[in-house]
Amino acid sequence: MTLPPALVAPVDFAPLWLIERAARTIFSSVLRAHPDLFERLGEYRQTRYLFCPLDLPLNFLVVPASKTVHVSRKTQRPVSDACIEGPLVLLLGLLEGRCDADALFFSRELSVTGDMEAMLALRNALDDSAIDLPGEIGSLAGPLAPLVAGAARYVRKRALEGRDATWN
Amino acid sequence: MTNARTPALSLGPVYYLWDGPKWRDFYFRIADEAPVEHVTLGETVCSKRQHFTERHIAEVVERLEAAGKTVTLSTLAMVTLERESRHVRDLIRDSAHLIEANDLSALGLISGRAHSIGPLVNVYNAATARVLAARGAQNICLPPELPMSSIEQIVQSLPDLSFEIFAFGRMPLAISARCAHARSKGLTKDNCQFICGEEPDGLPLRTLDRQSFLVLNGVQTMSNSCVVLLGELPALSAAGIARVRLSPQDCDMVAVAGIYRAVLDGSMDADEAISKLSDVYPGAAFSNGFYHQQEGAAWIAKGRNASLGHG
Amino acid sequence: MELICPAGTPSAFREAVDAGADAVYCGFRDETNARNFPGLNFSRPELKESIGYAGKRGVQTFVALNTFMRAGSEALWYKAADDAVELGADALILADFGLMAYVAEKYPDQRLHVSVQASASNRDAIQFLVEAFGAKRVVLPRILTVQDIARLTRQIDCEVEVFAFGGLCVMAEGRCSLSSYATGKSPNMNGVCSPASHVKYRRDGDTMVSELGAYTINRFGPDEASGYPTLCKGRFEIGETHGYAFEDPVSLDVVDHIEALREAGVSALKIEGRQRGKAYVAEVVSSLKKALSAQPAERSALVARLRSMSEGQRTTSGAYDKRWR
Repeated sequence: MTLPPALVAPVDFAPLWLIERAARTIFSSVLRAHPDLFERLGEYRQTRYLFCPLDLPLNFLVVPASKTVHVSRKTQRPVSDACIEGPLVLLLGLLEGRCDADALFFSRELSVTGDMEAMLALRNALDDSAIDLPGEIGSLAGPLAPLVAGAARYVRKRALEGRDATWN
Repeated sequence: MTNARTPALSLGPVYYLWDGPKWRDFYFRIADEAPVEHVTLGETVCSKRQHFTERHIAEVVERLEAAGKTVTLSTLAMVTLERESRHVRDLIRDSAHLIEANDLSALGLISGRAHSIGPLVNVYNAATARVLAARGAQNICLPPELPMSSIEQIVQSLPDLSFEIFAFGRMPLAISARCAHARSKGLTKDNCQFICGEEPDGLPLRTLDRQSFLVLNGVQTMSNSCVVLLGELPALSAAGIARVRLSPQDCDMVAVAGIYRAVLDGSMDADEAISKLSDVYPGAAFSNGFYHQQEGAAWIAKGRNASLGHG
Repeated sequence: MELICPAGTPSAFREAVDAGADAVYCGFRDETNARNFPGLNFSRPELKESIGYAGKRGVQTFVALNTFMRAGSEALWYKAADDAVELGADALILADFGLMAYVAEKYPDQRLHVSVQASASNRDAIQFLVEAFGAKRVVLPRILTVQDIARLTRQIDCEVEVFAFGGLCVMAEGRCSLSSYATGKSPNMNGVCSPASHVKYRRDGDTMVSELGAYTINRFGPDEASGYPTLCKGRFEIGETHGYAFEDPVSLDVVDHIEALREAGVSALKIEGRQRGKAYVAEVVSSLKKALSAQPAERSALVARLRSMSEGQRTTSGAYDKRWR
């Protein structure tokens, strides 16, 4: 269920700014497409959320209010208000509301630390937003959209396959 | 403060299982020595315990009334079995005494007759108090969870109704169908062997980091800390509270009543009273957090230094 | 029996409707309901749209206003009741007598359901609510056995709804101040139990420690299934022993008792979980829907998957079974 090493290796060598730019583009397109997410977050827009995929050597620090994404190597852990750790596919599944956060947490596949109320607000806001990451990524690819979105859906399907706590 | 009547002192029901003679002697001494005007009594927590005290009730009531106390009989807090329903019905039908309703069944059955409402009925606002008053409630002991802001609001809205405040004792925090007390000793509720009688002041439950937290009392869960509203009495009197309730603990309740009486009469200040109370109920942690809109376990000293009531 | 399903967001609401709910229950985004969690619940426009979505598909919407009105702020609850009626709620789920009296008087035709938070656990209590406020249905507290329920339904003039799946209150609902004792926030007053704002997870070596306010609620070994630090499902020390003093971190699951509940005269089964995600709601609702019409022998297999999504990954039939006590 964790990412295959062949997929992780390039991340080790890619320049951070490139990854950061890609992440920021996806993130702001998601925010544009889902203004309701912002409203649901309420006062927690200011929260510094840290996402730590266990199978990537990177951390992602996201502040919804300022629409910033900051990517860092695992060796340094930025200051955050709330932090969530787990395999990348589960973090992404959570982002899309495809996995039930409580179930994952009870099974210890995800671990959360810091401001729990902020984490809960984010979880609930995301859950309502019906984000479709392959679609979002695809929409950024212009004329190649159907191709990119299709490929991304395929990757998602394979990654989540066979998991008990998965839907759709 | 000038218009405030001095509130009366009231003794709530013994929530614990005390054996018959202990229970009887406790009330005999209250009748003979304690400066309290009202006494509410009768098994409130668990219907299985009723036979321990039932045979002493008549003599206890007689002695209390002879001493000039008003006696009110408490109903069960949780009624699920047919036998329990019957008990509440019989009590309400046959009793010549005032009844304190502690669950919804008693509320329904007693409509139209003068009665009291116990602290285990959820009265959080004046609208609810008004509904109950219209059905015959004359005195309402408000739930321990209420902050002063709510108490003031409710009392001001219904100036003709008598309100009572839970001002001393471990707080009844929860009640369950399951008996955690029996469970902790490897028994079940249906075969409990009245094991809760082994702890006349509740069975302490600590966190895994050994913080004092709660006590078990049969199916009831109580706070480890003992509510002490002494510094708050002037404000409560000024707000128009009619009665101050002392909930019996396994300590010298006559002395507790004496301390509260002295503070209400203005002959002892709250600091001295609190320090005297520590001698009367040694080892008890005090709390008043709910009153001050904090966590219930908190102890807010007069100087506003908040600290937690555990330890 | 009707299936009454939870929704914390409009997305979850649609999932519940699509998965086969007979009714969906939800609340406004404030302290007027007992799942007052950050990022959860409905604005007025969201509720309006959701009621419309459900109505078109023949599904009812129940609005939970099941906290106790804070003295001095009653207007917030009255307004919520006014709005819910105006938006076309099929029933209001209420716990506070003051609010029940308001609704019964102002909207005598509005269906009034008694929330589990009101703790109506016997015939006299329910008769009181029927006579005083015209209650049409009562959600029973999770302290009764199936036998108790069967006896009760015959004695009262009111429909009965019981919890069938999801979170399990160990204490009689609406009569528990454990949360506010530790945090200052309670289900009755604030619509939260063991609120996230007071939850901390701390690592101690390879142990995960969960804390609520100033209190340690549990310590989990490296591979142990964990739970949310709800007070009544914590591990504590009593005397020389320690363990789950009240209840293990488990969920309620009465699928094995469906036949008995039907025979007992229960009108509706309720699924707990407005705070859970839409994925969970969709799965639980569709599984239970299937289970309701399946042969008893097939039911266990239909709901087996649900158990993996439960707190502690285990379930219990709770007080419905006498042995639980």
